[in-house]
Amino acid sequence: MSDAFPRGRSAIAGLATYGVGETPGQTSMEMTARAGLLALADAGLGLGDVDALYICQPDDFFAGLSFAEYLGIRPRYTDNNRTGGSAFMSHVASAALALDAGYIDCALIAYGSNQRSRGGKLATKITSNQWDAPYRPIFPVTSYALAAQRHMHLYGTTREHLAHVALSARAWAVTNPEAFARAPLTLEECLSARMISTPISRADCCLVTDGAAAIVMTRTDRARNLARPPVPVLGAAAAAWWNSIVQAEDMTVTGAQESGARAMAMAGVTHADIATVQLYDAFTINTILFLEDLGFCAKGEGGPFVASGAIAPGGSLPVNTNGGGLSYCHPGMYGLFAIIEAARQIRGEAANPLGGVDVALAHGNGGTLSSQATVILGSAATL
Amino acid sequence: MSGPEAQWRAALAEGRLLIQRTADGKAVFPPRVMAPGEGGALEWVEASGGGTVHSFSWIQQRPPEPTFNVAVVELDEGARLMSRVVGVVEGELAIGQRVAAFIDTDGAEPLVLFRREDAA
Repeated sequence: MSDAFPRGRSAIAGLATYGVGETPGQTSMEMTARAGLLALADAGLGLGDVDALYICQPDDFFAGLSFAEYLGIRPRYTDNNRTGGSAFMSHVASAALALDAGYIDCALIAYGSNQRSRGGKLATKITSNQWDAPYRPIFPVTSYALAAQRHMHLYGTTREHLAHVALSARAWAVTNPEAFARAPLTLEECLSARMISTPISRADCCLVTDGAAAIVMTRTDRARNLARPPVPVLGAAAAAWWNSIVQAEDMTVTGAQESGARAMAMAGVTHADIATVQLYDAFTINTILFLEDLGFCAKGEGGPFVASGAIAPGGSLPVNTNGGGLSYCHPGMYGLFAIIEAARQIRGEAANPLGGVDVALAHGNGGTLSSQATVILGSAATL
Repeated sequence: MSGPEAQWRAALAEGRLLIQRTADGKAVFPPRVMAPGEGGALEWVEASGGGTVHSFSWIQQRPPEPTFNVAVVELDEGARLMSRVVGVVEGELAIGQRVAAFIDTDGAEPLVLFRREDAA
């Protein structure tokens, strides 16, 4: 099977987040446009340079059209991929191909949601399919709970293990001024949190915040002459293995196993090369599953791995160094924020800078562990 | 001719739990027009109703609304479906537990539910 990718030939030339946390009085589109303008300004480009739009909004099925109209541009290509929170990793993959082919010259990838200020509930209209819905699972929490319960059964994973994912995320967020949840968190608080859908409690769930994000991609040769150091895309791959968790062959093994291996092969990197991992932690079980499926620990060992402190500040593998969806922000879809934190680490601009990061992995999750997509970013030194 | 989903619902309304089977005997659910991944024909078979709990979750509601469970059940034929195991309270459900299907007709639509096999 062909798995060609134009390694390093396109790059993130600009990036921005906007309104992370609470941004009352603004619409999702207003926030998305502001993030887009900030990312363009970061790159030293303007609206007139954009000829391709990539967007996925939780509450607007025609977001690609709405966004083009709002910005007042006529893109040559518009991608409104709806694979959930991983859509943005897929956007990076298809933008990289189109840029390298000369089909487009400048891609704006953007997202924004005011879901916290607008009512504090997940804004998506997506829900369980007709086979699952009559049994009233809480969408999407129960799907993740079913996977967690099975992981506990097969591998002895415990609620304490899950809690250590939340504790590690919070430990990073405490020193990130942009993070929404910065108060210190204890194991006891996690374990006594209100149960929602066993074994997932409130402490295992991501935040519900406002927030917008955008990145600008150009070919790397052009990005070298723009305002900021380019962050080349070394590899990007997506995998779609199911929609309902009930249809998973093994609900403790996700398509991250495929997307991660493919993206790393495209990038020509091994686990030892990857200095930091930004992954989509909508629920604590995600971090454990993705660390296993991406190959940072063996299947079933994710619980003890996170409990050892490995992913917390000072640990052997810095994960979600902004605080992640659990403590930084989660405005309905988090994928683009993971990409931006990976790029900020490479540019040396993260709130918790690791220093000397040449390769970073950003991993997105969509649906209910359904869609998995992995992006490997590098510094100029990796070309 | 109606599609497989309508045929499945019609059978359920008559009290029969159907699943599909591929040419090489693999069980398929939910109903499809083709064998997943290969495209071959499918035939209907009546499920035995026996199965095991593959995973479960207890959904917590604000009192006085009761806690209830959602279970993924693997039928003995091999296909899995989401359902509920009735007649158990929190703590009495475990992965691997044997369950038996029945069709609940109390609601607007017939619904496949399960009870513990030793209670069937």
